[in-house]
Formats: sequence, C-alpha cells, structure tokens
Amino acid sequence: MIAAVSALVVAAAAAAHGEGSSGLPQLNPANFAPQLFWLAVSFVILYLILSRSTLPRIGEVLEERRDRVQRDLDAAERFKGETDSALAAYEKALADARQKASSMAKDVRDRLAADTEAERNRVESELAAEISEAEARIAATKSKALASVDDIAAETATAVVGKLLGEDVSPAEVKNALQ
Amino acid sequence: MEQFEIKRIIPLELFGWDISFTNASLFMVLAVVLIPLFYLFAMNRRALVPGRLQSIAELSYEFIANMIKDLVGEKGMKYFPWVFTIFMFVLALNLLGMLPYSFTVTSHIIVTFALAAMVWIGVTAIGFANHGPKFLKLFVPSGVPFWLLPVIVIIEVISYLIRPISHSVRLFANMMAGHAMFKVFAGFVVGMGLLGGWAPLVFLVGFTGFEIVVAFLQAFIFTVLTCIYLNDAVNMHEH
Repeated sequence: MIAAVSALVVAAAAAAHGEGSSGLPQLNPANFAPQLFWLAVSFVILYLILSRSTLPRIGEVLEERRDRVQRDLDAAERFKGETDSALAAYEKALADARQKASSMAKDVRDRLAADTEAERNRVESELAAEISEAEARIAATKSKALASVDDIAAETATAVVGKLLGEDVSPAEVKNALQ
Repeated sequence: MEQFEIKRIIPLELFGWDISFTNASLFMVLAVVLIPLFYLFAMNRRALVPGRLQSIAELSYEFIANMIKDLVGEKGMKYFPWVFTIFMFVLALNLLGMLPYSFTVTSHIIVTFALAAMVWIGVTAIGFANHGPKFLKLFVPSGVPFWLLPVIVIIEVISYLIRPISHSVRLFANMMAGHAMFKVFAGFVVGMGLLGGWAPLVFLVGFTGFEIVVAFLQAFIFTVLTCIYLNDAVNMHEH
C-alpha cells in the first residue's frame, strides 16, 4: 500500500514537473502493443522450455536421489535383519553347545557314580562274606575251646589236688567233685 | 522518468500492429535465455550430492512445488510448470532491473496487468473446467442469511473481478516506486555535491540491498497470490 501511494506520488511529481513528453511512459498506450506481443512470445517460449526440458530434468534428479536414499535405507534394514538372525543363530548354537556339554558332564558323572557304587557294593559284600566266615571260625574255635575247658580244669585240679594231698587222685573223682 | 522510457530498437509491424523490438522486449528475451541457461548449467552434472548451483536450482524447484502443495494441495501439481514459469519470469525481470542502465520490465503496468490477467483468466477457466456451473457457487458463501445474499454476492463478484487489478498494481507499484526512489536519491547525491552528497549515497547503498529483497519478495507474493487463486479454482473452498 505504501509502495502504491509512493508510486502515485512519484507519478504525480513527474507529471507536475512535466518530465518526459507525455507523463509516465507506462501510461502511453502506444507502448502497449509491442510490450504485450513480446510478453506473450517470451512467456510462451519460457513456459515451453521449462515445462518440456528444465523441470523434468530437475524432477528426475530429485526422484533419483529419493530412490537412492530409499534403496540404501532398505539395504541397511536388510543387513540389520541378517545381522540379527546371525546373532540369534550364534546364540542358539552357543546355548546348544552349553546344554550338550552339561549333559555330557552329567552322563560321565552318573556313570562314574554308578561304577563307584557297584565297586563299593562288591567290596562290601566281599567284606561281609569274609566277616561272616571269620565270625563262624571264631565261634567254632570258641566252642571248641569251651569244650576243652572242663578237661583242662579237671587236669589242673587233679594236679593241684595231687600236690596238695600228696596222693594221686583219679581224674574221675576230681571231675565229679568239680560238677 | 527516463529509465521507464520504451525505446524501439528494431521497429516492426504485424497486421497493422506495432510489435517493435524494444528495450523491454530485449530484457524479456534476456530472461527467457538466462533462466534455462542457468538451469542447464546448474543441473549439468546431475550430481547425487548437489553442489552450490545445483542446490539453488533444486531449492527453487522444491520451493515452488511446496508452495503449491501447501496452498493448493496435490491436485495443484498439474499446474506446477505454469506457476514455476510465472515465478521465475517475474523474479528474473525484477532482478535484471536491478542492474545499472538496465530496464525493469515489471515496472510497466501493462506487463504486470497482462500477467495478472493471464492468471485470472486461466484460474477462472480451470475453475469452470473442474466444477462446471457449480464454480459460480464461489460467489455464494454458505451460512449467510438469505436477505444478506444479494449484497454478499455483489461484493464477492466485485472482489473477484478486482483481483487482476490488485494483483498487477502491487507488483508494478513496488517495482516502479523502488526505481523512482533510486532516481530521486541519485539526484540528491549529485545535487548536494561532494560535501552533502555522502548521506544520500549511503542511503542508496542500503536501499539497493532492500530493493533486491523487494525483487524477490514481489515475485514471491505474485506467485503466492496465483496459488491462492488457483486454490479457489481447484478446491472451491467453503467460506
């Protein structure tokens, strides 16, 4: 608005000073026809050049760049997916190996435990057999010993009585006396 | 106002019409040559990672493309080359006018009016092509009491008819006023001599930068208004 007012002021001043032959050149109708003709010609030519050649070229370059960026993003996405799956596979393999190792260790432990148990059982049963045999032997010896105690006692008593009395005593008498 | 004078370089005539090649024609042709040449040079390498010039070329493309997408929507992209041509043409003419001894084509009302009229006629044609007779509903806003309608419709029609005038005068007045200001202050520089002339000269330096901004801004505003009018024709906003 300010510009319009100042334009009018300038125009009025120019008119007042009588500058130029007939006021503002802009308002001289004789100038209209050539202006309009060349405006139409140049605008149409510029429009044709820009719309046929220039703008499609720029559009192509921009499109190409957009496509390229999109492609790169897609590739990055794909690589990320591959990395993720590789990582998952690695972790799975690791877990499997760990599980296998622990199961192997368990097997070995179990087998060793079973072997030890069997060995121990065998040794124990052997020992038990030996013990019972020894006990039987002891019992037999003991009963035999007990059986000979009476005879020894009688002999001893006979000897003791013979010494004390100074006479021979028959073992039978001693035995009777002891019973 | 010598700088706005039309000079006939090659007098020509066609069916009784004066179509002389003037200094204005020269700068229009210059714009038509320079714009494609710039893009040809800038997009020459078609680099994936753009250099400076290619960045400017791509930026201008996306600037107008985004303007249309924001103001008109995806349907407006059909008219992208047309809007782009309007923007680049006006911008080039404005900037060429900033060169010393050059001629500012957009400081002539007949040129800006012809451009605005082209937009107005084009947009009206697009509106009727897209909506048929229903496009006239643009002048009948919904939700207005019926006894107010005659007044509102008349106001709407007038504001629609006045569009090419406001559209063209804005660009013309800005360009002409800026260049007239240059002339006036340059006159001061000479008139105030070696002692006092420095002050208007310093002002002129700053004003030159300002005028370059105006050259961009007015091309931008002309294009934005084109998009807004295009939006009416494509989407028939409910107001």
